[in-house]
Amino acid sequence: MSHVLLRHCDIPDINKIDVYKKNGGFKSFEKAVKKMTKDEVTNVVKDSGLRGRGGAGFPTGLKWSFMDNNNWPHYVVANADESEPGTFKDREIMEYNPFQFLEGVAISSYAVSANAAYIYLRGEFWEVAAFLDEKIEEMEKAGYLGNKLFGTDYSLKIYTHLGAGAYICGEETALLESLEGKRGQPRIRPPFPPSFGLYGKPTVVNNVETLTNVPLIIENGANWYTSMGTADSAGVKVFSLSGRVKKPGNYELPFGATFRELIYEHGGGIIDDRPVKAIMAAGASSSLIKVDEKALDTPMDYASVRDLGADLGSASVIVIDDTVNIDWVINKTIHFFKHESCGKCTPCREGNYWMQHLSERILNGEGGPEDVELLHSVAKQMQNKCLCALGEFATMAVVTGIERFPQDFKLPVKGS
Amino acid sequence: MSLAEKYPKEVEKILAKYPPEHKRSAVMPLLYMAQREEGYVDRHAIRDIAKMLDITDTEVSSIIGFYTLYHDKPEGKLRIQVCTDLPCALRGADQFLADLCDKLGIEPGGTTADGLITVEPVMCLAACDKAPMFQTQGADGIKYHENMTVESTMELIEGFKKGAK
Repeated sequence: MSHVLLRHCDIPDINKIDVYKKNGGFKSFEKAVKKMTKDEVTNVVKDSGLRGRGGAGFPTGLKWSFMDNNNWPHYVVANADESEPGTFKDREIMEYNPFQFLEGVAISSYAVSANAAYIYLRGEFWEVAAFLDEKIEEMEKAGYLGNKLFGTDYSLKIYTHLGAGAYICGEETALLESLEGKRGQPRIRPPFPPSFGLYGKPTVVNNVETLTNVPLIIENGANWYTSMGTADSAGVKVFSLSGRVKKPGNYELPFGATFRELIYEHGGGIIDDRPVKAIMAAGASSSLIKVDEKALDTPMDYASVRDLGADLGSASVIVIDDTVNIDWVINKTIHFFKHESCGKCTPCREGNYWMQHLSERILNGEGGPEDVELLHSVAKQMQNKCLCALGEFATMAVVTGIERFPQDFKLPVKGS
Repeated sequence: MSLAEKYPKEVEKILAKYPPEHKRSAVMPLLYMAQREEGYVDRHAIRDIAKMLDITDTEVSSIIGFYTLYHDKPEGKLRIQVCTDLPCALRGADQFLADLCDKLGIEPGGTTADGLITVEPVMCLAACDKAPMFQTQGADGIKYHENMTVESTMELIEGFKKGAK
């Protein structure tokens, strides 16, 4: 099957504007602007079942339909702050298939009547931003961006904006604060961005991969998209595979492909052919899946992964083999979240600080069972108490690591 | 000399990205510009940017403090920022960082005696499939270096040192 998102795998040089045009590029944007109403565009996306690819999986068309039409102007913001440990798909899309992404930004802007769109890239994507700036200029010259597009009254400008190293800015309201020139700390929600977003105006914030789906959905229709994937999770997904596999990388597969297929068929299996011990399906924010045959044969879609006591999130599959101890894994994730906590909510700021101290002590062999229990208890107490999901994310691996891998914390195994 | 005097066209281009009544949005791109030459933002630049955007010095400083890619004191001209987060660590990033620092005779976070190179561990850089990897932050922006070894990194450092002379 040919790729939907990673089309550069099938079409060399699709990041050149002529090649992109030859392969149907910008036809969807033109069709939307000239022949479709804004609501028609939104409805096709709704019917396609497309869900947000940044991790939350919220239905994209539904989000667009929430835009407040009594408050103007409207904005579209593309979330290119890809920072979850284990996620590296948006960068590949932007570098190798940039026009499809930019066309997605343009179509979504038309659908919500926005005349300005911002692409918020993490600061480390300095080279990617410069590259996108070139591509945007090429689109302006070719008449796909600017004033009165395709002979209609619709006008659109797209701008890039670089962050400067803060995981929290991937959270949409923190991103908006950052884009406004402030520290990236999440806002209290509601109101949500479609009613109170950038500069207090209605704003749609969508992930890069989400938007890159849109041109082909408009071209081929909602039914084409729902014919791929599963009933609950339509379409295709880019799975970022990393960790102890032979061939890490991005693999585009329909939702519902199994972990086994991803790890063994595409990833070439495990380094030194060791057994898989654990999988983190949503990057460092994941619950740890204890791997057995059943887990390996689980289809990767939102509902099935939830049945394993985890989440698919942004589908950043980190593979852990039996050479790795889970006390070390959670020390790594805690270290990350402690560094990235924005400091706004006390349970997250202080909880991560104490989790790091406890985890260091356990990892250095200086802790006893009471320290493991305390670590578990601190993590549990952080849950459901913070403004954004970071406070939850920080606890997922800790709680499930201790509960599902007690032997790695030198705790007695239940039932033995 | 103020940023607007030094780089008039670039400043104008940045300000044009945002609605005039929300020019505060330009603080992050302007800070990148301010630290371009010396690798850090000094007090004069903070005041300059604050004035340009009608915000306080403290508000500008809070941005420098919050985001890791801004620096308020001079360190190595070239920063080598090694990702040691979980996926990279599963592919040998911790060992790579330790070996590189040994080779340079510094601790992680330290700067070489000639003041040219700082090596520091950083959080995930979204290149988990190409570990060990790092980014360099210097006068010409940020660049990624993937699938690295200590040897290939030392070659990069030698090249930089030659250029710096």
